[in-house]
Amino acid sequence: MAVVAADRAAGERRSARRGGRAGGSGPRLRRADHLAGWAFVSPAVLLIGVFGLVPVVWSLLLSFQQTDLTSPGTWTGAANYQKMVHDPVFWQAARQTLVYCVLFVPITMLLAIPIAVLLNQKVRGMTFYRMAVYVPLVTSTVATGVIFSWLLNPQFGLVNAALGKVGLPQQGFFQSTGEALPAVVMMTVWGWLGFAVIIYLSALQNVPRELMEAAALDGCGRVRAFWKVELPLLAPASSFLLVWLTINALQLFDEVYVTTKGGPLHASTVLVYYLYQQAFVDFDGGYAAAIGSALFVVILAVTMVQLWLSRRASHYEGN
Amino acid sequence: MADTALARSRGHARTTERERPPRRRRRPSPLHLILIPLSAVMLAPLIWMVLLSISTEAETRRFPPGLPSGVHWQNYLDAWHQGPFGHWLLNSALVSVSCVIGNLVLCSLAGYAFARIPFLGNRVLFVVVLATLMVPFQIVMLPTLIVMQHLHLTDTLGALIAPNLATPFGVFLMRQFFTTVPKELEEAARIDGAGRLRTLASVLLPLMGPTLATLSVLTFLNVWNDFLWPLIAVQSPGNMTIQLGLQNFQGQHFTNWPVLMAGTVTSQIPVLVLFVLAQRFFVRSIASSGLK
Repeated sequence: MAVVAADRAAGERRSARRGGRAGGSGPRLRRADHLAGWAFVSPAVLLIGVFGLVPVVWSLLLSFQQTDLTSPGTWTGAANYQKMVHDPVFWQAARQTLVYCVLFVPITMLLAIPIAVLLNQKVRGMTFYRMAVYVPLVTSTVATGVIFSWLLNPQFGLVNAALGKVGLPQQGFFQSTGEALPAVVMMTVWGWLGFAVIIYLSALQNVPRELMEAAALDGCGRVRAFWKVELPLLAPASSFLLVWLTINALQLFDEVYVTTKGGPLHASTVLVYYLYQQAFVDFDGGYAAAIGSALFVVILAVTMVQLWLSRRASHYEGN
Repeated sequence: MADTALARSRGHARTTERERPPRRRRRPSPLHLILIPLSAVMLAPLIWMVLLSISTEAETRRFPPGLPSGVHWQNYLDAWHQGPFGHWLLNSALVSVSCVIGNLVLCSLAGYAFARIPFLGNRVLFVVVLATLMVPFQIVMLPTLIVMQHLHLTDTLGALIAPNLATPFGVFLMRQFFTTVPKELEEAARIDGAGRLRTLASVLLPLMGPTLATLSVLTFLNVWNDFLWPLIAVQSPGNMTIQLGLQNFQGQHFTNWPVLMAGTVTSQIPVLVLFVLAQRFFVRSIASSGLK
């Protein structure tokens, strides 16, 4: 949301500059207008400022302090950042966050495209099929975690039973250092698939019918029409999902907290989980804030890439 | 499976009724062969959640797992007695509804002013609001906790409501909408002597049902399903939301699967019912939040 919103607004600012729309100083500005404007925006802007803007600066300040968040901290310079650079668990968490993103984002997107194409067909019972794909989306992360702790239970879980049926060996999932993170990927793909499908499906429904009819008239089969006409038109949806899913994947916390608590042996500790642990288990708020700053820089970089990509895309459209 | 059978019989009934030529009769599409297993996989976790919630404890621990021998509603009574689920649901409802109302009122006001009143500082303020959209919550949560201590709101429902009363996305969504409404509508009302607030409330807001509903659905889902902020802002069980309560309950009953699952089902019922009733609406909200 954030990225697209900011992006759209950037486009608007550009057009506003040219056209001189809302926001510019109009011909007649009355004092009443200024007052009304400020009165209307101030409640929302104040709240957003107090809870969205001030804390960003504050968090940066905290990262240079030693604090438990309940009593006033002491300034320690860049000590937290030095600690971070030399902390093997931090780097393990960073690496695992990266691995999680690299698995979660492509798997979700690659599964979502064929499912969206399927759900775009005219078949009886489609409302039901769509609902089945969307319903994990409204299932809370805590409930998802509880359900998957049973499904992926090594002793009596459903997934191991299914693996046994097809002759595959039993797995440890959340209890194995090698499989904890992939198990979290499996669980979160289930939870997010509906989101990606909705985005792709609405993009598919916006493909002009004439385009597909023209392709058919030219002797283009259904399968080829998909590869040559529909798939390229899904590119904007894909670039949005790539960024939006990555930003959300970088912020993974709930599912890890409910199922593995970062274990076994830090095997599923991701950045936000490590941040939480530092702040509320080890009461090292300053170090947690430093980890937060690192995360912020990464998320900002991803956002910038998105802005750059979409600006390039709009150049193409312009030509 | 039942679905295809039903579809087939319905299709059959219709063709005999209208006596269409046989080659136009619609066979059930072969796509059902992919769609049915797909739905089964997506629904399996939720179906097993319900099945486990009516099983006995022994049945949840046998391998391979099977269907429960009977319906043991007792699990739900146990869950309800062992954890204040009613209280948690009420807390969640209070917090979510307050945030929805807050967003509807405050974001409409701000969105309208940003779109239509050329006041001094309009553009700068709006860019600042947009910038906060990019800030991840995990960065702001530590200082927000300190803010809550200063406001004496720690461990209250107020701590859960205040940060979500007005969201940058809400302001953005509303501003987008107001820029699309023709100016003439508003000017007519103004000429008739209506003030800005009156124009907004009686001329503009009635036009924006779908936008307000989108904002409501998104705010409600986000706040209802939020976990991390309640986890750090609230400690006493009496002030927990349903998500935090369920997690707490899991900590105490992690070996008692039927009761834990009964609690999980309880926690999901309100949103699931809402979703089934207004599926189309949820989908439109999510699609509009992402792409336009």
